[in-house]
Amino acid sequence: MPAPLLVPALLGVAFLVLPLLGLLVRAPWSDLGPQLARPGVGEALRLSLVSATLATVVSLLLGVPLAWVLARSQLRGRSVLRALVTVPLVLPPVVGGVALFLVLGRQGIIGRWLFEATGLSLPFTTAAVVVAETFVAMPFLVISVEGALRAADARFEDAAATLGADRWTTFRRVTLPLVAPGIAAGAVLCWARALGEFGATITFAGNFPGTTQTMPLAVYLTLQRDPEAAIVLSLVLLGVSLATLLLLRDRWLGRGAVT
Amino acid sequence: MSLVAHVVVRRGTLALDVELAVADGEVLTVLGPNGAGKSTVLRVLAGLLRPDGGRVEVDDEVWNSPDAHLPAHERSLGMVFQDHLLFPHLSVTENVAFGPRTRGTSRPAARAAAEDWLARVGLAGLGDRRPGQLSGGQAQRAALARALVGRPQLLLLDEPLSALDARTRLTVRAELHRHLGDYPGSAVLVTHDPVDAMALADRVVVIEEGRVVQAGTPAEVARRPRTDYVARLVGLVLLAGQGAGTQVALDGGGTVAVAEDVGGPVFVAVRPESVALYLQRPVGSPRNVWPLRLAAATPHGSVVRCDLAGEVPLTADVTATSFAELGLAPGAEVWASVKASELTVYPR
Repeated sequence: MPAPLLVPALLGVAFLVLPLLGLLVRAPWSDLGPQLARPGVGEALRLSLVSATLATVVSLLLGVPLAWVLARSQLRGRSVLRALVTVPLVLPPVVGGVALFLVLGRQGIIGRWLFEATGLSLPFTTAAVVVAETFVAMPFLVISVEGALRAADARFEDAAATLGADRWTTFRRVTLPLVAPGIAAGAVLCWARALGEFGATITFAGNFPGTTQTMPLAVYLTLQRDPEAAIVLSLVLLGVSLATLLLLRDRWLGRGAVT
Repeated sequence: MSLVAHVVVRRGTLALDVELAVADGEVLTVLGPNGAGKSTVLRVLAGLLRPDGGRVEVDDEVWNSPDAHLPAHERSLGMVFQDHLLFPHLSVTENVAFGPRTRGTSRPAARAAAEDWLARVGLAGLGDRRPGQLSGGQAQRAALARALVGRPQLLLLDEPLSALDARTRLTVRAELHRHLGDYPGSAVLVTHDPVDAMALADRVVVIEEGRVVQAGTPAEVARRPRTDYVARLVGLVLLAGQGAGTQVALDGGGTVAVAEDVGGPVFVAVRPESVALYLQRPVGSPRNVWPLRLAAATPHGSVVRCDLAGEVPLTADVTATSFAELGLAPGAEVWASVKASELTVYPR
């Protein structure tokens, strides 16, 4: 291998892996049990897992059809639509949080109407956490599912049509199973992104323990007063991410390669 | 007539305008070079592509006209694709049962019909496999079962044999012939392989550059080709000229003597094996003798196919032994002769 490629590649690996090793080295392993049992840790973890999962479910329900429209429909202005969908990918999450607040907040364009009609106010609730995470994470799912749809042979859909399947049946019984590995990959990406969400969540949902304080928020705030505890929380988050990735890689992502 | 179609499609450089009619129980083969628009015709008949004009009627029901378009999934049709397109995530039985299921048959009945058809195409016992576990020939048989299980009014086959290796092709072709014989509806088969066309068709339509250039029974097309493409496919050399008495003055120059009296524009079809080559002008003065130049020589089975350039461009098939005895190299001057009685001549 040529050195001009090999050396930067090794540096890149070191850059990505060393911080994680540092985290493991500095972890108070002997003190781990009591630290994890502290009040608030379990709560934050549970809230994170639940809200990330709900955000992924919402992203699947909205994002898979959106990806289909982007990949398969003859809609005019599809490229504009795709650009709009990918804006949250590049937008700083804090800005996303501000935007959500302006639209869905109690004084917001939609939020005011919602509050007057039902008395419900979205910001600073667990629902707001899910909304913020969905806003930030769904584009990951849309992009990867659209990629899978484009890579899938559309002639299978022609074959289904000649067998009497309308487009909805074709989508359910042919397209969806064909791109299932892509959807699974997109869902994992989406879930991981939602789990780590910080900026939009703290801006739109605030930081209330038990209601809106997810793990990343807890890590950041704990780091100010109790670095040891912050390291423990970080370890938990790292462990959950890695476990999910490994589990899903074997259970879902591997299947496409086996058949 | 069960299928009556006039297909008009304009896409980029393709200007397709083709009329077809296929009776019940009849197999029509559409033969043509790549890019001639054959597959486009099938896609229009299937309803997968909306044509720019024309009309498609099956059993007097309008499937497509300038103001009506029945979508593919509402047409009673079965289609076999070149690379079978069996759904990889379903078992073979589920693939065959897919059509009946979408058309509302109960699960057990659809499964029973699928298994019945799998047995008919010789795949009994393989229904639980995934398509990826089938050989190419087995997959194409399963695809045929999937297309036929719903008893469609129209059967469309898009290059059904061209993805198979030569041996498998032979057996699958014979089976396909048998199933097409049993099939009561209209069948349209698209191919670029003249052997498939001749073996499977009741009638052949040849399409070139979006137009029908010849139509007839396989025997007619094989004996009397009307374009260079068809002539090459069936292994003949086609010469065009003006007949007068027993002489044909070729459009490209030179004359050919034929065995019968002809007049007006005619084709002369030459079988390469009837052309004899000599190093010196042959004695006994046969009437058709031309000094030509060997342009290329390629082994072709047990013979060497010699492409000859000159006043009358010909192709000659000579045995490998004769070729060696003549000691010819490309560029060599040779005399070619052909008996008038060996030529087929027919009006243009």
